[in-house]
Amino acid sequence: MSIEVRSVSKSFGSFLALDEVSLRVGDGELVALLGPSGGGKTSLLRIIAGLEEPDRGSVHFHGEDATRRDARERRVGFVFQHYALFRRMSVFENVAFGLRVKPRDERPPEAEIRRRVGELLRLVQLDWLGDRLPSELSGGQRQRVALARALAVEPKVLLLDEPFGSLDARVRQELRRWLRRLHDEIRLTSLFVTHDQEEALEVADRVVLLDRGRVVQDGTPADLFERPAGPFVLDFLGSVNIFHGRVENGRAHLGPLSVAYQGAPHDGALPASGYARSWEIDLSRDLGGADGFPAAVRHVAAAGAVVRLELCTDDGTTLKVEISRERFSEIAPSPGDRLRVVPRNVRVFLGGPGRG
Amino acid sequence: MSASRSREPRAVRLLLIGLALAAFVLFLLVPLVAVFVEAFRDGARAWLAAVTEPDARLALKLTLLVAAIAVPVNAFFGLAAGWALGKFRFPGRSLVLTLVDLPFAVSPVVAGLVFVLLFGRTGFFGPWLAGRGVEVVFALPGIVLATVFVTFPFVAREVVPLMQSQGTDEEEAARVLGAGFFTTFFRVTLPNVKWALLYGIVLCTARAVGEFGAVSVVSGHVRGETNTLPLHVEALYNEYAFQGAFAAASLLTFVALATMVAKAIVSRRAREEAP
Repeated sequence: MSIEVRSVSKSFGSFLALDEVSLRVGDGELVALLGPSGGGKTSLLRIIAGLEEPDRGSVHFHGEDATRRDARERRVGFVFQHYALFRRMSVFENVAFGLRVKPRDERPPEAEIRRRVGELLRLVQLDWLGDRLPSELSGGQRQRVALARALAVEPKVLLLDEPFGSLDARVRQELRRWLRRLHDEIRLTSLFVTHDQEEALEVADRVVLLDRGRVVQDGTPADLFERPAGPFVLDFLGSVNIFHGRVENGRAHLGPLSVAYQGAPHDGALPASGYARSWEIDLSRDLGGADGFPAAVRHVAAAGAVVRLELCTDDGTTLKVEISRERFSEIAPSPGDRLRVVPRNVRVFLGGPGRG
Repeated sequence: MSASRSREPRAVRLLLIGLALAAFVLFLLVPLVAVFVEAFRDGARAWLAAVTEPDARLALKLTLLVAAIAVPVNAFFGLAAGWALGKFRFPGRSLVLTLVDLPFAVSPVVAGLVFVLLFGRTGFFGPWLAGRGVEVVFALPGIVLATVFVTFPFVAREVVPLMQSQGTDEEEAARVLGAGFFTTFFRVTLPNVKWALLYGIVLCTARAVGEFGAVSVVSGHVRGETNTLPLHVEALYNEYAFQGAFAAASLLTFVALATMVAKAIVSRRAREEAP
């Protein structure tokens, strides 16, 4: 079943949490709602679930307007950020809850409830923990119980609020791959909220980037990565170096850097910023080259698939650069060396320092 | 391991422990023992006669009846207050939160007077009620009202902060899973505050049984009719019927001891089950 959000706005007091937000999650799609904290992601998820009412706009399930429908009747599976497991109930009873509270004529018989809960606990690989209380489980286990509980009522869509937010890095990695595999298996229309771009890009079919209550970009992970819609997207996806300056006569002058600017023609000079990702920068020992500018190596982190360097330009700006191990052994940089920095790809956006 | 975990000199430690023990014996143990010694001074038969004479029996019955009404009422109000104040934000919330404690701040005698002023023969609602043949003051309804007022905060104070700290996550989870209001309340909200509620009820019961000041003002002291057990004790004492007074007092003391035991059990169970 598809989810569609049409021009939803929501404010809390004077704070505008969502500003005319529209998005669509296709049937069986796994979409990430990505953005910095306070960007309105959780509010949107709660509005879709019916836990919050929008000031304006509407929510549609499978083309049907569900804006006024109560949360109880939306058939939405919701996984809360802090799990919200029923603390006085065993794991088994937590998962069984949604089945037990069904109206008498829809409620499955006890044997059927036992079978379904057992099945779900096996699905989340926790069938051996049915008798435990939530307080006796680890974070990752609680997360999976919350998921099993949400799935028990056979929801039409699944909403997850920061599903891996409060887990440590290793468990998080494991769980998100597991979630992706699970989604491929059950193909349930799913929307999850995250502030972790890596998580969104790795797990989701499509990513909707939200900032200050507005959709900044909506596309596949590859889209976002290769065709970022603006400086915010680039900056948020991380590991980017920013050069401030101006554009004039078809060229951008950005501190030590000068590149061609193919944007719309304009009169006079306009403030602009250039963005170069850390792996879109090359280093060279040849200080006399025509391109780029010199900088001093400050720090080298050589453990990993790529080598990360931190350099300092003559005007004191710090640069983040990633090079392959092959390139690293060719130029063998060490702290204190002066190298030539050659950005291979600089994206220029109009506008001065600061967001927007 | 060192012999002493404290750095205080031995003499200071002994002195402090001795003082604490002396205070315990003098202020808690001696009075407790004295009640029973006095109650049984003339033997068990006399004690039995004193607690089974008609006035004493009626006082005991009235006391239990008042508690049996006031405690459930306050358990209900306390839960309602806890639910409203703990789970929702609304204008005037902090005012209500403060008002919950009002009965603790007001002297019980003042509380009793307020009810006399409101419902007494010359009071605000008095004539209207009298016209319909309803007696509040100097009758059971007045005693119950005064007791409800005085014991109101006990349940609310235990339940409100707990409901507040638990938030509304679990209720929301239940709602999304399709549970209605009553199902959510009885399966999720109530079990989560079960022990705090019981604890509040125990304290509320103890106070409802023992309340003197407010009840004294509204009851009118009609022996065998509107005298509760504490009032009965006072009446006997004023008549120099010490043995009878202490016999009745021993009943109240039993209630107090039972309360302490119940309180200990509830708080231990609560700690064991705390998540």
